[in-house]
Amino acid sequence: MLELRKEIFADERDDNLSEIGQPTQRQDMLGHVTGTSAFYDDHRFAGLLHLKVLRSPHAHARIRSIDDSAAARAPGVKRIIRAVDVPVNLNTLLSLIQFGKDDEPSLASDVVRYKGEPVLGMVATSERAALEALRLVRVAYDPLPAVFDVEEAIKPGAPSVNATYAKNTFEYYGKYDHQNLRFGDVEAGFAQADVVLEDRYQMSPIEHAPTETNGSIAVPDTNGRFIVHTSTQALFFSLDTAAKINAIPSNQLHFIGGTVGGGFGGKVDTMTEPLAVLAARLTGAPVRYRLSRHEEMQFGSPRGGERIYIKDGVMRDGRIVARHVRCYFDSGAYTRLSSYAAVKCAAHIPGPYTIPNVGAEVYCVFTNRTPATAMRGFGVTALDFALECQMDKLAHAIGMDPVEFRILNAYRDGDMKAHRREAKNCALVECAQVAAEKANWPIRDEFRRMSSRSGGGAARTGGADRTRAPAPQAAPAPAAQPQRVTYERPAAPQPASAPAPTPPPRSTQPAPPPPRPSAPATTPGSSHGARRFSSVFGTRRR
Amino acid sequence: MAKHRGRGVATINYPIGMNLGGDPSQALVHSNPTGKFSVALSSIDLGQGMKSVTRQIAAETLGVPVEDVYVDTADSDTGPHCMGSFASRGTHRVGNAVMAAAREARGVMMEAAAEELEVDPGDLETDGRGSIHVKGAPHRSIAVRDVAIAAQFKQGRTISGRGIFLVPLSDVDPETGEMSPATCYAHACLIAEVEVDDETGDVAVLKMTSAYEIGRALNPKLVEQQLVGGAWMGMSHALYETPEPYYPDTRDGPRDFNEYLMPGPGDLCPHDIAVLERPAPDGPFGGKGPGEMCANPVLPAVANAIFAAVGVRINDLPITPEKVLRAIKARGATAAGR
Repeated sequence: MLELRKEIFADERDDNLSEIGQPTQRQDMLGHVTGTSAFYDDHRFAGLLHLKVLRSPHAHARIRSIDDSAAARAPGVKRIIRAVDVPVNLNTLLSLIQFGKDDEPSLASDVVRYKGEPVLGMVATSERAALEALRLVRVAYDPLPAVFDVEEAIKPGAPSVNATYAKNTFEYYGKYDHQNLRFGDVEAGFAQADVVLEDRYQMSPIEHAPTETNGSIAVPDTNGRFIVHTSTQALFFSLDTAAKINAIPSNQLHFIGGTVGGGFGGKVDTMTEPLAVLAARLTGAPVRYRLSRHEEMQFGSPRGGERIYIKDGVMRDGRIVARHVRCYFDSGAYTRLSSYAAVKCAAHIPGPYTIPNVGAEVYCVFTNRTPATAMRGFGVTALDFALECQMDKLAHAIGMDPVEFRILNAYRDGDMKAHRREAKNCALVECAQVAAEKANWPIRDEFRRMSSRSGGGAARTGGADRTRAPAPQAAPAPAAQPQRVTYERPAAPQPASAPAPTPPPRSTQPAPPPPRPSAPATTPGSSHGARRFSSVFGTRRR
Repeated sequence: MAKHRGRGVATINYPIGMNLGGDPSQALVHSNPTGKFSVALSSIDLGQGMKSVTRQIAAETLGVPVEDVYVDTADSDTGPHCMGSFASRGTHRVGNAVMAAAREARGVMMEAAAEELEVDPGDLETDGRGSIHVKGAPHRSIAVRDVAIAAQFKQGRTISGRGIFLVPLSDVDPETGEMSPATCYAHACLIAEVEVDDETGDVAVLKMTSAYEIGRALNPKLVEQQLVGGAWMGMSHALYETPEPYYPDTRDGPRDFNEYLMPGPGDLCPHDIAVLERPAPDGPFGGKGPGEMCANPVLPAVANAIFAAVGVRINDLPITPEKVLRAIKARGATAAGR
């Protein structure tokens, strides 16, 4: 169910349009629903060869020797690709936009830094022949100590993961091991706060789980060019990266993408194209390199696990006066795109709220796991989880309705954000009002009347210099001793309809919030409760 | 043993386009000799509807029916550079590039039409149905098809246009983090209702209610598809999936969809959505982009709803039945969080 609330912000729009705003059926609908849209792997070529890679069984090890003599004689094998065959065997994707240093080989030559890292490529007449030949390759490894936890990895004496960043942190601006954010005076804010609340959040790694795994087919074309059919999300990132690693001019490559079987960020990395092109160059034949489902799940880049610490200071009247965030991005063994996400994360702090004192340090940390990469909401999803759980706890700690608490602190037009740009075109207040109304979540009239278009900027700061951190709206006397809240409350049996705890009265606070609505009654006789047995066909019935 | 219900809320915003900018996209638009338009892009349609949204933008800007526009994507020989389909940048960045290219092509089309009608181009308007006429005098009109034929075979004009959109790259102050991360932001509030089984720790999401502000819903059906699909992903992130179930320990990672848990059709719930439109000053027709943000509010809303239902806070994702059960046991009892 989707309804358009045209009456809100109507005065800012010209709705006199013909095609825009229409629910026009998609141009490619017929092809999709009849199964005739062509994906990269729908292209057929005579004499197609198949590339599979040998993957490291160790999270961290030195390669002592590789013996591929038996594999070279195996049936169907056309070519073995070794690290020395890769023309430029060190790259980082964002080198194309001059961000970060080359730190990742296409094929590991001396050290493997995560379980599953490619060591050697096998080109054969079938995927099966390639896989069987790979089993004949003998690699002697000397295991090295590995580190998997972001906070362990940045301790002195931790095993060094990535030779380019020996201290296990990405280097920002040639001088910091993290991205900074400084706005106002966070310590003064905490000192002033009635309640200070601190907690730790852990995002889990996530697999993009596209229906179509990463893959590409490189086909020798006339005149020394190569056509590459690919599932990429970023055609020219992939083309330019493949050209760089192969040390060939970019106009020798003709990339064709198009219909993609799900991306979600997992097809930005240029995972298969450089080696597919290299294999086609070395064999003169079309070569397909596609990840199996197991490879996609464990060795394709996941969304990284981010660890986030948040410390907030809040007044009993609901105003957040200070927020400090410390965040660790688990980049895995190589940078890929995590360094970029850390800056995006810093820009997103403190969330869509106006807080006068904000500080943050965001780290991009290397560990001995599969390199992480972009995924939907990159740099933001985990932070939003942490921030919004924290917002709920803050509202609860001061006895305020969680929707009203968010509306009170929501950023509005004219407010100064922590990254020192003025907020404009805001709409958080209105979203909260509409969602509450639709869900029959009661909020008081004064909160229902608030607007993103008024009450921000000078109105909030009382005309103070807005190039600096705004002063709080009111200046209540600081609590003699800020209250520390530990999060889990002791178990106390209470009826579901118990009113919210009433905060101690203060002259500066609004009227106490109304009792929370009681939870809706459970439908008796609900059939819910069947255990799921499959991720594809959930068995839950309701 | 009992089942407990609770509701949780989250409010979020989301930056549109690559952080700090510096991520251009280009578009080429041209007419064939009979007045049908092609838009050439190297951008990728991931299934989100890039082709459809840019097609509508081109049609609206050109002033022709959407059926007269075809979008060709993802060919590096024919499509000009685009940074890629990520960072919620398709509608905003590519849309603006297409709009610029279509505006240039429209300019040539109107000049060609003016020459045929022997009027000033400024006196002409499109009717959006395939004709161009003199403002206030609809009988003095010419079909776009005839304009294209005249331009190609008589006037020697190309009805075509080039477009690029670039938000200039922002510096970052290393000490303070001062920067210009994005030019516009989309917004959302989502309320989730859950039911928690205190015997099994199982969490069922019963209902989601949300309000999304996305600048302008250029195609409401595509918006709905994004918001519904994104909410599924958010629910999956919150309660089910991870390739490293014992993170940071890497053991026992799933290898396929039998081992990688995600919600199935039976786990879905009704999702009641409102869309608000506060146009972005620099968006195509005000559009921002709903692509990435729609998973984000679901994670905390579900976590907060679990607290409301049984009084436990789970700070580590995913919130598996095991974690819920252990938290309830550690507390010694369940109690509604609020």
